[in-house]
Amino acid sequence: MTQLFLEQALNGLQFGLMLFLLAAGLTLVFGIMDCINLAHGSLYMVGAYFVAAAAQAADSFWIGLGAGVAGAAVLGLLLELTLFRQLYRRDHLSQVLATFALILIANETVRLIWGPAPLMLNPPEALSGPVEIAGFFYPAYRLVIIAFGLAVAGLLYLLVAKSRVGMWVRAGASNREMTEALGINVRGLFTAVFVFGAALCALAGGLLGPLLAVQVGMGESVLILAFVVIIIGGIGSIRGALVGALIVGTVDTLGRALLPTLLRALLPADAAATLGPALASILIYLLMAAILFFKPQGLFPARA
Amino acid sequence: MPTRLTALAAALMLAGSVHAADPIKVGFVSTLSGPGAGLGVDIRDGFNLAMKQLNGKLGGLPAEVLIADDQQSPDIAKQATDKFLKKDKVDFMTGVVFSNIMLAVGPAVFQNQTFYISANAGPSQYAGEQCNPFFFNVAWQNDNLHEAVGKYVQDKGFKNVVIVTPNYPGGKDAVSGFKRYYKGQVADEIYTKLGQLDYAAELAQIRATKPDALFFFLPGGMGINFVKQFVAAGLSRDTQLFAPGFSADEDVIKAVGAPMMGMFNSSHWAQDMDNAENKRFVAEFEKEYKRLPSLYASQGYDAALMMDAAVRDVKGKVSDKKALQKALEAKRFKSVRGDFKFNHNHYPVQNYYLRVIAKDAQGRVTNKTMGSIFTNHADAYASQCKMK
Amino acid sequence: MAFYRPARWQKPFAFTVLCALLALPGLMEIFDQSYYIGFATRVLIFALAASSLNLVLGFGGMVSLGHAAFFGIGAYVAAICQQGGIVEGLLAFPLAMGVAGLFALLVGALSLRTRGVYFIMITLAFAQMVYYLFISARAWGGDDGLPLSERMQFAGLSLTDDKVLFYVALGLLTAIMLLLGRLADARFGRTIQAIRENETRMEALGYPVFRYRLVCFALGGAIAGLAGALLANLTGLASPALLQWTQSGTLLVMVIIGGVGYLYGGVVGALVLLLLEEFLLGFFAHWHIVLGLLLIGIVLFAPKGVAALFDKHRSQP
Repeated sequence: MTQLFLEQALNGLQFGLMLFLLAAGLTLVFGIMDCINLAHGSLYMVGAYFVAAAAQAADSFWIGLGAGVAGAAVLGLLLELTLFRQLYRRDHLSQVLATFALILIANETVRLIWGPAPLMLNPPEALSGPVEIAGFFYPAYRLVIIAFGLAVAGLLYLLVAKSRVGMWVRAGASNREMTEALGINVRGLFTAVFVFGAALCALAGGLLGPLLAVQVGMGESVLILAFVVIIIGGIGSIRGALVGALIVGTVDTLGRALLPTLLRALLPADAAATLGPALASILIYLLMAAILFFKPQGLFPARA
Repeated sequence: MPTRLTALAAALMLAGSVHAADPIKVGFVSTLSGPGAGLGVDIRDGFNLAMKQLNGKLGGLPAEVLIADDQQSPDIAKQATDKFLKKDKVDFMTGVVFSNIMLAVGPAVFQNQTFYISANAGPSQYAGEQCNPFFFNVAWQNDNLHEAVGKYVQDKGFKNVVIVTPNYPGGKDAVSGFKRYYKGQVADEIYTKLGQLDYAAELAQIRATKPDALFFFLPGGMGINFVKQFVAAGLSRDTQLFAPGFSADEDVIKAVGAPMMGMFNSSHWAQDMDNAENKRFVAEFEKEYKRLPSLYASQGYDAALMMDAAVRDVKGKVSDKKALQKALEAKRFKSVRGDFKFNHNHYPVQNYYLRVIAKDAQGRVTNKTMGSIFTNHADAYASQCKMK
Repeated sequence: MAFYRPARWQKPFAFTVLCALLALPGLMEIFDQSYYIGFATRVLIFALAASSLNLVLGFGGMVSLGHAAFFGIGAYVAAICQQGGIVEGLLAFPLAMGVAGLFALLVGALSLRTRGVYFIMITLAFAQMVYYLFISARAWGGDDGLPLSERMQFAGLSLTDDKVLFYVALGLLTAIMLLLGRLADARFGRTIQAIRENETRMEALGYPVFRYRLVCFALGGAIAGLAGALLANLTGLASPALLQWTQSGTLLVMVIIGGVGYLYGGVVGALVLLLLEEFLLGFFAHWHIVLGLLLIGIVLFAPKGVAALFDKHRSQP
């Protein structure tokens, strides 16, 4: 039982850290630029396609990952310069519509280039097997994902909490006008944050590619989860994104795994079979509603 | 639009007098994008290969195949089907991969008195009480391949089995089919979301139950991911994998590769079957599409042959529904799976074989036929069917 | 934006269109194009759904990205009714409106505590919750959706006949549009538009802003529920795809193409989008690229939508 619990906790951690990579970029774009970006999930999808295509061309997962992330960063730069820059000053409705349009364009373009069937991305040969930890086997590749997630989280912490750029970012998130008035190049800062967010998306997409499948529409479902994460964590807060992502990842994985068993012990089998999966799948939304009820600004509000 | 309208009006006027001028229209709605795309694409390619060999004709008449993607959504499938039925007025419908989609589009097709030749989905409902004169399945009833695996697992003496299937009608049919012939202990039945791709939580659960065999039915991309993750989690050391042919055919093998070797599965067809039709089919499929055909492709191919034979039988008078039904029931085509016949519920009575994944003479990882599990096997629901 | 004021020619124009629509099913049958009766019914139903969102978005100024939830709930209520033996639309449709409206009331009560992007994301998240609830509820068909074995009746008339369903949808859309037109001009409509323009001032004037917004939100949800119940009858299936957030996005796109805050914005938008889809899809399978570029164009250059192009009476903000 403890083994099962440990394994599920690792799964939850892995899922949570990948959510964090997505939520980190999203929360900064929201927080600093006050811009809603529905197309964040599309960057994740396009990034994964870039990684898969580059990995196939170079016949190496790691080269593919690097090239794909770089490609997504360039795409992010182009998008920021041409479209998003126009959107910051618009109302939320325009932002929703324009980024929804981007989703449509991204999905269709990917379908046009790579076809409707999912691309397969294989993990490096050396990582495709299991490793033994604490008496049981765990997929080596998932451990690598966890390592990547922790490294990025640590890096972001140093960057945001300790560096000068990070200070500007935090200042921008809590009061944009004041930051601008202090002579910070907010426009350049926006571009940098957006590009960084796009690169993180591609990193998450590329890392998850071998576990899932690289396919059209993969961004949409994960986008909603990223939203839930930053609502729980508080918009604009990196710390909130990390905590929110870990909460969502763990609650979702453990709920899926343990709730049906738990309900079977408490309720008649029939009712448990009906209720279990339903409850497990909406658990994080219930959690979000509860958190919002008590803290409408999320757990770590960036704006005082 | 006006030209289209006049063309249509002209076609209508001709319809009564000169039959040969009408093309035979086939509406093909299938899953061509998303995780299930591999299945629909194979059915389509098999169907198209047959059409090519028939010079684009069905029963000697010019034919038109209209293709639409249902994106694995019952909703979109229904819209596309309605359009084919009411706007294009097709003579046959085919292509649906998944049973839930079949059940969603079926009523509209039957109400319109159009023949549905299912090249894959074989839901139990249409085999039993809701059997319909306008529905034919040229592949199998959903349970059949699972029954064959159940029988084999039982015969080999496995005692503790975990079952994994998606939570949809085809998945439930799989469980009931498997359990109809496997009588040992089922340690756990795991139902996943249709289209799920990450199985970490389920694999942990399986590890905790320590089964000696695992039976899974996860068509398309789901199965690919499951097998990959199953091997990566190190579970293949203690647990023998079993699957119906759907989860162990060329689409999955191509993606997973060598780790699948030694996996047993069941099918009504295999690419190494020794008959002239099959040899021609496999050779030409490989030539045309540069890959080995899967069982889905063989089913699509057979569906086209079946339409061709029936149209020829009624001499192109597809408007005579009774005659066309008789012609379809008579099954006058040579299937690539060898001989079979239709039961009174319009599902096949046929042999089922055990296959194992191994390297063939050319060193490719593929399926090898080991012998038959059932001969002339019918489905369990036929007795409930009162065909009109 | 200012208060909604209909153009002078709007009423006679709408009346002419209505008369033309009355003749449509007969014409389609003569030309053996009965497929298009179903298509026209689809347009009417989406016009209703988009108009309900327009009430919330255009008049109430609330950017809800979870409107599909109410739409889908309406469809499910209809399917559940039909399976439970309630086949009279006069009974089932108000029930669908009631359930969807009540749920909208609940979602609104929680979401309207927040502002801006929070509101957008919370409505989205609630809709997603409903979506997951339905796809995992086996009693309601799960992933497969809940089929209607047969269409319902309306005042004793069977909706199985495509023409009857068309006329019922047309009648209900007309009734709702009349209602919305009156409402926009009434005290409630004026207040809600004033709140959209300046919330703080209205609050200072003593208006119960939260309550006005909530009522508007719930009413929009109820009308969406009616549209959902009609759609379930048309397609014969209450599908979880109706609840998906992309459906919310599509409704939003319809409203914006048509014109936010114009009475007929939703109707025009539904017509334009569905026509584009029906005919462009035949020529260019990847027509979503065109649509996406078009939408970005609208956002950047014509943020007021198609309806605004015909509006000369409107004072510029």
